[in-house]
Amino acid sequence: MTVVSATSSTTNKVLPHPLNAWYVAAWDHEVTRKPMSRRIANRPVALYRTEDGNAVALADACWHRLAPLSMGKTLEKDTIQCPYHGIIYNSAGRCVSMPAQETINPSATVPSFPIVERYRYVWIWMGDPTLADPDLIPDMSQMSSDEWAGDGLTIHAACNFQLVLDNLMDLTHEEFVHSSTIGQEELSESDFVTVREGNKVTVTRWMHNIDAPPFWLKNMRDKFPGFEGKVDRWQIINFEAPSTINIDVGVAKAGTGAPEGDRSQGVNGFVMNTITPETDRSSHYFWAFMRNYALDSQLITTQLRDGVHGVFGEDEEMLMAQQAAIDANPDYEFYNLNIDAGGLWVRRILESMLAAEGRLTPSA
Amino acid sequence: MAATNIETWQSATVIEVIPVAEAIARIVLEPSLPIKAEPGSHIDLMVQINGESVKRSYSVVEAAADGTRLVISVMKAPLSRGGSIFMHSLVPGTRLEITQPLQNFPLRVGAQRYILLAGGIGITAIANMAVVLKRLKADYTLVYVGRSREAMAYLGELEKLHGDRLEVHIDNEGSSLKVPELVGRADTGTELYMCGPIRLMDAVRRGWVERELDLPNLRYETFGNSGWYDPEEFIVRVPKLNLEVTVPQGRSMLEALEDAGAEMMFHCRKGECGLCEVRVIELAGTIDHRDVFYSERQQRLSTKMNCCVSRAVTSATGAKADAAHTGPAIITIEPN
Ligand code: FES
Ligand code: FES
Ligand SMILES: [Fe+2]
Repeated sequence: MTVVSATSSTTNKVLPHPLNAWYVAAWDHEVTRKPMSRRIANRPVALYRTEDGNAVALADACWHRLAPLSMGKTLEKDTIQCPYHGIIYNSAGRCVSMPAQETINPSATVPSFPIVERYRYVWIWMGDPTLADPDLIPDMSQMSSDEWAGDGLTIHAACNFQLVLDNLMDLTHEEFVHSSTIGQEELSESDFVTVREGNKVTVTRWMHNIDAPPFWLKNMRDKFPGFEGKVDRWQIINFEAPSTINIDVGVAKAGTGAPEGDRSQGVNGFVMNTITPETDRSSHYFWAFMRNYALDSQLITTQLRDGVHGVFGEDEEMLMAQQAAIDANPDYEFYNLNIDAGGLWVRRILESMLAAEGRLTPSA
Repeated sequence: MAATNIETWQSATVIEVIPVAEAIARIVLEPSLPIKAEPGSHIDLMVQINGESVKRSYSVVEAAADGTRLVISVMKAPLSRGGSIFMHSLVPGTRLEITQPLQNFPLRVGAQRYILLAGGIGITAIANMAVVLKRLKADYTLVYVGRSREAMAYLGELEKLHGDRLEVHIDNEGSSLKVPELVGRADTGTELYMCGPIRLMDAVRRGWVERELDLPNLRYETFGNSGWYDPEEFIVRVPKLNLEVTVPQGRSMLEALEDAGAEMMFHCRKGECGLCEVRVIELAGTIDHRDVFYSERQQRLSTKMNCCVSRAVTSATGAKADAAHTGPAIITIEPN
């Protein structure tokens, strides 16, 4: 049987999500004056912008009869009107008008969630608002830096968020899941180093003097037209709690000093991933591919986005199938291998956050 | 609608009962199903009065971070029907039925400035907010108003904790609060949270409206509402139901009608929702409107009243209920 203790359990197959943490609610461009609804950490949230352009997140259920506010409309300043009987709320979730009576009921409020816009995303804090420190937002600075260009999309993944994190913390799956694009057998063969520091985990893998797989050969040729030959390839996976994984990836002409720090003879990308639990069995998986060469080529931005989109479709299929198998086999446990070290450190960190919230429970 | 308003009942053990001011006891409870208590939250609790269980609400004055200890404070009210007397007679080890913390008075994080105003026992609803604002390094002033130093619970602790941010006004020391001056300090970035006697809260509300500040930035807890007049016994007649009921000092008109077998409609039972509204057909006396559902215009008309909190008093002058009245007020109503 599964025994859970606050510090040493990594045997839960899937985990609940910490609430005292920042998650991405949406891309910045998704949130407009027209309210939208999105389920985040099991709670429906209405997202909209005020007249001043500030993003707002309110519980998507009117105080009166729980009609979804996201079906309502935004009015002057920072307000939104319930579509059912017309109660108007401000961005703090407070009722400012009750059409059917002369006074405002002092209890009329809907929860309003702390919001910060950063790195092209709208971040939300679903837990205790008195702990919502913007300094705790994971670093995704490549998303909004002049030195990086790129774009991304959202995958709606029908699995627990932890399975996505596992997937990204162990890239040996590339050889099997992504054999036509980025997979190659050297991935499973090469050594890797795992380091945990506070709420961060890094997994570093170098592959020396190998053939570039198709995806990377194309990128090399974008920067070095006609490139042929061997490369040194790297994958440096950076996890930051609760659920952001930025993977520093690239290849450089073999033997030109990339492992020692000179990447000038190569191409470098950052796969930016941040996973928001939607429910216990589904996730919003926000990703982008950023590069630090050919910055002004919209063609390359679009090609890379579409290429990675195809690759991630392969992950999505596997993750769905894995979640279904987990649910269909409740009596079977996971077995943890050496390659799972990164993912297991992530689980340790999340379990300690959950324990601090009093929410670490054994789950199937 | 917030999940924190779903009543989950649990048992709790009384850990400690100590006096903290004239007629005010501090009661520490250990709930069996602890959850975190947010600032502004309260618990409902069953008190025993003449062998009968009756529900009362008390603010959570302070709480352990994980909710394993909840502190409430109860003032022994001379006109109470017995709830506060029951609470004052508790001894450590007693088991009570209480709800998990409920929330009607949430503190919003992120305002530019805060004024917290507590009158008398109203400090119980405000103290926890002040602690959180201090931790958040927010810009806040805690204004604490009382009759006399002896009647003000937690004064010493608050002085220690909040230093210059605490502002104290004491009637019998000649430093009474000047409400216009206080409201004058609020601007569009200020949120004011208050709990205290209705006269104080009403004066603040008037000042707030006069200054044309946004009403949603004025927050108040209502369950402790006192009236404009001291409660009196009065008579309510319901011709439609062929009823004549005496409403004693310590019982609401809604309760008295229910006791007499009338099937009444209600929701909040604290003067907010307007569901317990009855139509007033005839009145010998004055209505003491204690609800926040009606506008002033509607209260002046007095053609209706919310019977869960509002009462009838003898004085028809609108001045302080005079002691030399000739008999109980009589109100004739038609229930909705
Ligand atoms: S449900 Fe929103 S106003 Fe009635
Ligand atoms: S029951 Fe809500 S005002 Fe009386
Ligand atoms: Fe993958």
